[in-house]
Amino acid sequence: MVSLSAYLTVALIVFCIGLFGALSHKNTLIVFLSIELMLNAVNLNFIAFTKYGFFPNISGQVIALFVMTVAALEVAIGLAILLTLYRNKKTIDLDEIY
Amino acid sequence: MNGEVIFFVLFSLGAIIGAVFVLVFRKAVYALLSAVLTFVSMSGLYILLTAEFVAGVQLLIYSGAITILMLFAIMLTKQKTGTTRKRMIRFQWPVIIPIVLLMIIIFYGIHKVTPPRKPVSYGKNNTEQIGELIFTQYMIPFEMISVLLLAALIGAIILAKKENT
Repeated sequence: MVSLSAYLTVALIVFCIGLFGALSHKNTLIVFLSIELMLNAVNLNFIAFTKYGFFPNISGQVIALFVMTVAALEVAIGLAILLTLYRNKKTIDLDEIY
Repeated sequence: MNGEVIFFVLFSLGAIIGAVFVLVFRKAVYALLSAVLTFVSMSGLYILLTAEFVAGVQLLIYSGAITILMLFAIMLTKQKTGTTRKRMIRFQWPVIIPIVLLMIIIFYGIHKVTPPRKPVSYGKNNTEQIGELIFTQYMIPFEMISVLLLAALIGAIILAKKENT
């Protein structure tokens, strides 16, 4: 049987990779993808705790659904901002946007 | 070694490898496709954790909607495809060292956490329980999410509209 800490470790590794990508890449699209990776890792934590947690409860799955909704909204708004930025500045590199 | 362990190793390797290749690939389309590998592996992990409804929603929203939106954004903009030095910030050590420290500290906290109870399996009526909980205990957050969806829809349309029309 797979233990709780195995799931938490996978989520931790994916979260740290996403954090590194969000802080170190210049391309705005890659930064968005990294933020999505971080949100996914958090969702994995929630769902792991619904099964193996100290107080196992199905509320974690509901919270994970809410997180997914907000992630989708964030991507929609972010990409609209990105297209407006590209129309005005002709670039989406983070170090050329002042 | 039973089937659960085998599938756990497969899906977690898929998730980690996909996350790494998001940062490694030079072209944004390839990075997006490896992010899809991560999303699909995550939904496999959800199925292992007996959260089938959330796994289906994950496949629909992440691998469907978000990927298509990102693909449109990649098509409509122009990216630089250079070497690593062009794509990433110049000094990476001030970023890497705190992240590795954070990883070590959290891993020290979680590496031998053992819950005192037996794992719960929600069985076939998993989706029914989620629905009941959404419409009783989480009623107000659910309605707030719908208002937020409407606001984001209007905001995205107004932001992406051309100024002179």
